[in-house]
Amino acid sequence: MDAHHNTTEPIPAAEEIAEDGETALREDAYWHENLRLLSGLMAIWFAVSFGAGILFRDLLDQFMLGGYPLGFWFAQQGSIYVFIALIFYYAWRMKRIERKYDLDD
Amino acid sequence: METQTLIYIFVGFSFAVYIGIAIWSRAGSTKEFYVAGGGVNPVVNGMATAADWMSAASFISMAGIIAFVGYDASVYLMGWTGGYVLLALLLAPYLRKFGQFTVPDFIGTRYYSKAARVVAVVCLIFISFTYIAGQMRGVGIVFSRFLDVDITTGVIIGMGIVFIYSVLGGMKGITYTQVAQFCVLIFAYMVPAFFLSFMITGNPIPQLGLGSTVNDGSGMYVLEKLNLVLLDLGFAEYTAGQKSMIDMFAITLALMVGTAGLPHVIVRFFTVPKASDARKSAGWALVFIALLYTTAPALAAFSRLNFIETVNEQSHSVAPDWFTNWERNDLIAFQDKNGDGKMQYRAGEAFAGKPEFTGEVGSEGERIIANPANGDSENEIYVDQDIIVLASPEIGNLPAWVIALVAAGGLAAALSTAAGLLLVISASVSHDLLKQTFRPDISEKGELRAARIAASLAIIVAGYLGIYPPGWVAQVVAFAFGLAAASLFPAIFMGIFSKRMNKEGAIAGMVSGLVFTFGYILYFKLINPAANGPDSWLLGISPEGIGVVGMALNFGIAIAVASVTAGPPLEVRKLVNSIRVPRGAGEAHVH
Repeated sequence: MDAHHNTTEPIPAAEEIAEDGETALREDAYWHENLRLLSGLMAIWFAVSFGAGILFRDLLDQFMLGGYPLGFWFAQQGSIYVFIALIFYYAWRMKRIERKYDLDD
Repeated sequence: METQTLIYIFVGFSFAVYIGIAIWSRAGSTKEFYVAGGGVNPVVNGMATAADWMSAASFISMAGIIAFVGYDASVYLMGWTGGYVLLALLLAPYLRKFGQFTVPDFIGTRYYSKAARVVAVVCLIFISFTYIAGQMRGVGIVFSRFLDVDITTGVIIGMGIVFIYSVLGGMKGITYTQVAQFCVLIFAYMVPAFFLSFMITGNPIPQLGLGSTVNDGSGMYVLEKLNLVLLDLGFAEYTAGQKSMIDMFAITLALMVGTAGLPHVIVRFFTVPKASDARKSAGWALVFIALLYTTAPALAAFSRLNFIETVNEQSHSVAPDWFTNWERNDLIAFQDKNGDGKMQYRAGEAFAGKPEFTGEVGSEGERIIANPANGDSENEIYVDQDIIVLASPEIGNLPAWVIALVAAGGLAAALSTAAGLLLVISASVSHDLLKQTFRPDISEKGELRAARIAASLAIIVAGYLGIYPPGWVAQVVAFAFGLAAASLFPAIFMGIFSKRMNKEGAIAGMVSGLVFTFGYILYFKLINPAANGPDSWLLGISPEGIGVVGMALNFGIAIAVASVTAGPPLEVRKLVNSIRVPRGAGEAHVH
């Protein structure tokens, strides 16, 4: 697993990558958990920007958030706040998932 | 002290800081030159990324665009921030784990092909040059408006400054100057916004002020009042959109994906120590970007409202100082169509094109304009959208040092982006074309020298494009995103998430995405601009949003070609396995 590739070879040498079945299984499980997390977060990413800010804007604009029509707020403010939250949540969850599979850096 | 003197002091001092940092952080190796040694703290890198990312357009023009088109400008707000989610979730940590120096490095290695690397270099150079010409132009404009030197001299001074810290310091120098530049630009942006927000709503936080009531005793909300006032003058409502839903959708997506595919943004994540740091760093970058991006809509609405109230139906002789100041700078013009001496601000253009001043002064003190009046509109005011930010300190009655700060901030925004772009151009020449493709036997010292020469040449070309902007620069600069979305993003994404994608598929995808998107933009912007309208657009998508179709084409063709050609070799599949796992990121490779 040690991969300090101080070689002239741009591709990591094959023997440096884990080959044994147990590690491969762990990496596989880790990757699938990552993909599940990603699809959930990407769905939220889509919902707050393209959903609330564009597709369903007229519907949401019937509601007010202070002086903001809600759809307009999502398009010019809210989506950006949610984007930040998504990234930090992902960074935090991934760290936990990596530790669980003993693959963290 | 006089405003002009203060501007010289602020700009001169900020330049001295940038040069001081460059000398302190001189790059001694290619690794320091390309990726700042790979040891940059994620928060620091986030700040540098924010400065790298926020260009002259974000700083000077964006609030103005929002102010004059309202809801439709949301495409820029969502598009230029949502891309960081894609970067943090889909690209940055894996590219950091891969641990090389450039974007073409990844594409060339992952697709085991020099041809793929060269195609990536072509995409990168094309995207970066269209972008950088706009930055140098921005430098020239700030110089000419605030420092009373002509655009050419301004561009040359800007070239000199960028030359010193990017050629000397490489990525290391750029990183730390960008941190300083971020501090300058965000402070310069926020101070007038706080004051304007307080002035109009009584709440100093612009993001809250925009959702509050106006301070005039009417009890109306800011947006409510703005809608009402605009309707009254024949404009569309501020919070209503004019663009079709499909075009809004396509442009937003093209900008998001394009942001994630821009090489000068991606390489910033090669500079942090670990893959997990790349995720965190993208989060911090977005925090710093959001400071400006959530303030811009507030600044926009306040300024528009203030503009209407202080200008409309006033006689020119009692116009506010900032109005006459910026009239002198050609950004505002008044054409008294009905001869009543009062300025009527209405929907529609006062006249076609930019104002041509005759040099005479009218009865109310206005500069006389030679342009024939547009008889279809009662509007008598010409206003350049850049005014919203440039004049914000004066509109808010702020002291002269705030004006000086905005000048320094505009320069910081343009210079930081220009430096980041120069670096990826020079690295792609010295590292990807020379070291990895045509001259593999070049020594480390030789490569570093080549990188510096390439950076110098790129500065000269960029400066030339800034001084003599060919018509196409202004036309295509906004389209760098579409090109990045259609070419680099799909190739990188599939390189990480698909083990089956091979070199034939990736090359075919990149080439078709790039050619299609470029061709579409070229056709509607240069060859047949008369046809540029929703009726002749493909699926109703404007050239700004067409990168989305290019991206879909790239994915489709790549997958189809890969399915009928041989899969990638075993080492490449192992490489994909290794970049998916954070452990063992170690340091960036030293060649």
